[in-house]
Amino acid sequence: MAREKPEPVQVIKQRRDAALHALVDGVPYIRFLGIEFDRRGDELTAIMPFKDDLIGNPALPAIHGGATAAFLEVSSIIGLSWAMLWDEIESGRLDPDRLVAGDLPSLPKTISFTVDYLRSGLPRDAYSRARVKRSGRRYASVHVEAWQDNRARPFAQATGHFLMPRGDG
Amino acid sequence: MGVDKTKIAEQFIKAIPHSEALGMTVTRIEEGFATIEMPYDDRFVGDPKTGVIHGGAVSALMDTCCGAAALSHPANGGSTATIDLRIDYMRPATPGQRIRAEAECFHVTRTVAFVRARAMDDDADRPVATATGTFTTGKT
Repeated sequence: MAREKPEPVQVIKQRRDAALHALVDGVPYIRFLGIEFDRRGDELTAIMPFKDDLIGNPALPAIHGGATAAFLEVSSIIGLSWAMLWDEIESGRLDPDRLVAGDLPSLPKTISFTVDYLRSGLPRDAYSRARVKRSGRRYASVHVEAWQDNRARPFAQATGHFLMPRGDG
Repeated sequence: MGVDKTKIAEQFIKAIPHSEALGMTVTRIEEGFATIEMPYDDRFVGDPKTGVIHGGAVSALMDTCCGAAALSHPANGGSTATIDLRIDYMRPATPGQRIRAEAECFHVTRTVAFVRARAMDDDADRPVATATGTFTTGKT
């Protein structure tokens, strides 16, 4: 039996990036904060480029705790949604063209979110990665860490619990 | 509020660029209590399907309000930083309505302020979210 020829890498990449863009660009608040996503395979890194209106304490200066919390929550929700969508897209059950056309899936809803502030957020770009610790039919739990210049020195971390969208909605 | 306190309330948000960017206004800040409002704005939407405000914007409001309560406590040394903050989202905020947060220091030690807050839309009987946080007291 002849093996099927794999799809060209550019086709796969383009499909995945278009799906991710559709997911992220649909949320106004992500645009408001200026958060971007870098994708390597199924791993996402959220990036929040520094800008003056993220400042919470101009004397230091330091990023606002609320901006940090929002960055971590955005990273968690997109990370969780992406993990959910990845399987759907790769298995062919979900056509990414539908996402790009604006037919977006329902997003997980935050039940609770707990942020630990480890160091003050410097006036520099911030990065974060979310890890889905448990994902069930109804509930999911995510841990997320954010850092700036040095990956080994996180400035904030958070745990969130989420209500998963119903399959029929 | 007296003239002084009104002025303090106005200056408070002007000094915090991120809170100003979110359109927040302080309606009370004194003796370990604070209330802050945030208008509904299309740019703050987290779920384009429903028009509901993003949880992150509610977090920013809660953090600002809890921080204001911590800062206004008589035992505060002139600055504060969040140590941790937990938010419980009770229900989606109604699209189109402003959100109002109330925060209170319920215990303050020499080094830590323990703060609680709730956020409400026009239906004040059913909170949108509650928060519990710890803040530094700014004392060395």
